[in-house]
Amino acid sequence: MNAHGSEDPAEVLDDIVGHIPPVSATPARGKHLLDIVDLRVAYPTKGFLSRPVEVLHGVSVAVEEGRTMGLVGESGSGKTTLGRAVLGLAPVTGGSITFDGHEIAHASRSERRKMAADIQVVFQDPYTSLNPSMTIGDILSEPLGSQGISGAEARKRVRNLLDRVKLPVDSMDRLPREFSGGQRQRVAIARALALEPRLIVCDEPVSALDLSTQARVLDLLLEIQEQTGVSYLFVSHDLDVIRHVSHRVAVMYKGEIVEQGLSGKVTESPDHPYTRRLMLASPVPDPDQQAKRREERRAFAAKVASQLGEPAA
Amino acid sequence: MSAVVDDVSAQAEPGGLGGAVKRPGVAGRLFRNPMGTASVLLLAVIVLSAVLAGVLAPHDPARATDNVLTGPTALNLLGTDSNGRDILSRLLFGARGTLMSAAIAAVVAILIGLPAGLLAGYYGKWFDGLSSWATNILMALPGMIVLLAVRAAVGPNIYLTMVIFGVLMSPGFFRLVRTATQSVRNELYVDAARVAGLSDLSIMGRHILGVVRAPVIIQAAMVSGIAISFQSSLEFLGLGDPSAATWGVMVNDGFRNIYRQPLALLWPTLAISLTIGSFVLLANALRDALEDHVNVKEKTSASRRPATVAAVPATVAAEPVDAHLCEVRDLRIEYPQPGGERKTVVDGASWYVDRDEVLGIVGESGSGKSQTAFAVLGLLPDNALVTSGQILFEGKRTIDTASRRIDQSALTGLRGRRISYIPQEPMSNLDPSFTIGSQLVRPMTRILGISKSEAVTKALDLLSAVGIPNPKRTFSAYPHQVSGGMAQRVLIAGAISCDPDLIIADEPTTALDVTVQAEVLDVIRDLQTELHQGIILVTHNFGVVADICDRVAVMQNGRIVEQGDVRTILRHPAHEYTQMLLQSMLVGKPPLTRLMSDSATGGMK
Repeated sequence: MNAHGSEDPAEVLDDIVGHIPPVSATPARGKHLLDIVDLRVAYPTKGFLSRPVEVLHGVSVAVEEGRTMGLVGESGSGKTTLGRAVLGLAPVTGGSITFDGHEIAHASRSERRKMAADIQVVFQDPYTSLNPSMTIGDILSEPLGSQGISGAEARKRVRNLLDRVKLPVDSMDRLPREFSGGQRQRVAIARALALEPRLIVCDEPVSALDLSTQARVLDLLLEIQEQTGVSYLFVSHDLDVIRHVSHRVAVMYKGEIVEQGLSGKVTESPDHPYTRRLMLASPVPDPDQQAKRREERRAFAAKVASQLGEPAA
Repeated sequence: MSAVVDDVSAQAEPGGLGGAVKRPGVAGRLFRNPMGTASVLLLAVIVLSAVLAGVLAPHDPARATDNVLTGPTALNLLGTDSNGRDILSRLLFGARGTLMSAAIAAVVAILIGLPAGLLAGYYGKWFDGLSSWATNILMALPGMIVLLAVRAAVGPNIYLTMVIFGVLMSPGFFRLVRTATQSVRNELYVDAARVAGLSDLSIMGRHILGVVRAPVIIQAAMVSGIAISFQSSLEFLGLGDPSAATWGVMVNDGFRNIYRQPLALLWPTLAISLTIGSFVLLANALRDALEDHVNVKEKTSASRRPATVAAVPATVAAEPVDAHLCEVRDLRIEYPQPGGERKTVVDGASWYVDRDEVLGIVGESGSGKSQTAFAVLGLLPDNALVTSGQILFEGKRTIDTASRRIDQSALTGLRGRRISYIPQEPMSNLDPSFTIGSQLVRPMTRILGISKSEAVTKALDLLSAVGIPNPKRTFSAYPHQVSGGMAQRVLIAGAISCDPDLIIADEPTTALDVTVQAEVLDVIRDLQTELHQGIILVTHNFGVVADICDRVAVMQNGRIVEQGDVRTILRHPAHEYTQMLLQSMLVGKPPLTRLMSDSATGGMK
């Protein structure tokens, strides 16, 4: 794998200078906020003496300050597991995860709690990621409370958060079920922003949303990045979504990264046959262009199949 | 069918703020239930009489007189017992001991079962194993014998007995809390709280306790009732403190003198029955009140017939001579809502589909696109009303305009035979307990009337026609043994097995990976080229529309805003809603730029 920063370092530096407030510790390797090296994750299985099932087989990927790393893959590729490992929600069995120079792959619960201000998450399903019995105000002040912010200060921050994700202030006293999917996802984004984190893991944040709602939520995520300089590790199965929001893209297949690089390169003219297959399978909204793409895909299918060792369905 | 209900409830859900229906809280629903009101009132009376026994009791409950075993008199309203003590006074004072025992048993059981269940459910591992083991031992102990042994060891101390009884009842709470905790532990909002930096203790307090609170309260009411019956039984057997005024001791005394004064037995028995009964009824009412809370959505969408029948001008056009394969004219589907109004989910939709063409119905959630498709299939929920319009299959009407419902008799001969269906969720549309083969063969033997061996041959042909590499193996496999893409191919094979003329595909590729989606669309396209069916494809994806559809109808809020040739609609959309949807597409947009010009105000769509 080539060094992650080989492309246009000046622009990246501009970004850092422009957006990132001065931080106490200098990042170990300059612009990599998150560095994942040779990560392995294995889930224990039920039964006596049964072996754990490894779902990530040595994955290396990095997220730059203020930038978005898009992780694309199909179901079972391990992309969600990678995001959960960064959050400390998946059992890491090998490799390292370095955040801002600190090794976090095996951080204890109390160390994790300290990191909550730096790493946050937006989950896929806005219906189960919000506790149905808590008001929006309670949901948003929960992370604040964990960092010792409460009372009037917390309420002020919650109002600002709602404003930032463009929800009315009176949402505070309402329950999640009174909101549509897109609005709930805005609440989830506001919760992730509450502690002004430096990295947000976005786990399929728009895949449960309607097309127009998806566009608005993506707009919001981009706007937030512009304003705050937050980095995203953006996980999605949709190559179009990944292309739209990412600076760099990594393609996952069966627990490994088969290709990564600049977004434009990987998503428009990929080198790896799997990425190419993924690209050609994604339909375009014009009948004639789509017919052309379909022919390309079919022509490519046989070749891909031999390289991936799969039958051409 | 579940897809229908989902779609409706999604629409019944308030789309924006301020539309929420205020629902009464748990207490409100409890008191709306006569059983709940009665049990709460009765328990309140019992508790009050116990508290105020000193004021209410006309006599000293322990004072013996010579008036032995009298019936009700002016002096002793409920009569006297074998020592001449006033039964009413003893009942009032006895309530104290009885309620106290119930409270002790319930509190002890909760104090042990709740924290142990929380810890075991949340952390699992060794604590779970150990506590489950201890629970199993406790549950294997015969409660009454343990209590008798305790009584023999420490004497007639009813409160200590009740503490032990609480311990014996704690496994019930433990199991309840453990199961509830396990189901919540993996919810995304608990993960989010962890990422937000909450300690385990605050996660349990904030997110998990709320979920287990309701079942624990219900269980506590049940345990209180059981505790009273156990305590009374022990005292009735003569194992209580004979000097204390308790209901069990009174039953004992009454029973021994049942022939001399039967009423002396009746009063304490009545008190015990009423109290236990109230606890049990309260537990039931609480359960109903709490479950109603969970089912809010279904109730609002799937109940209540309309109170008034509005006069509907059923405009019926003359039957066309040259009929389309399937035509929908001015279709309007409404659902009655609580409060009398009706919600319109399809509002005057008209379209047609012919053989050899694919009509795409496109729209976002709540646009009514699935409802339209289900109306053609005749699979609308029972309370759906077709308040205007007509559906014609080869010119034959399938709506009964008089009853404003689907004419099921007209559809029975068509569904499965002439009209078939490809669902959105392949896995939930295959029965996990039958092999794929038997699920393909049975409809063919029924509908086509062919023999089983013919049907098996045909099923194998179909499986290979939909691109399944090893038809024999898939034929004898169970649904869980194949992937989602394979399952969808199986359902497509099923859909074409009886040579239908019309296939209705409701988001057939939405649940599939994009590479599998492309293959499944290929299968559908190839089959149509060969078999010339008409296909109605419901989708939200314009890429899928471009790939397979000939004509498109765009739906918004139950209305068709635009329809026509696929190239015209996708390249030159006339309606602003279609334009907005196409504007939301990511293909061809410069990365890292805004998609919606109105995104600043678009949040509250």
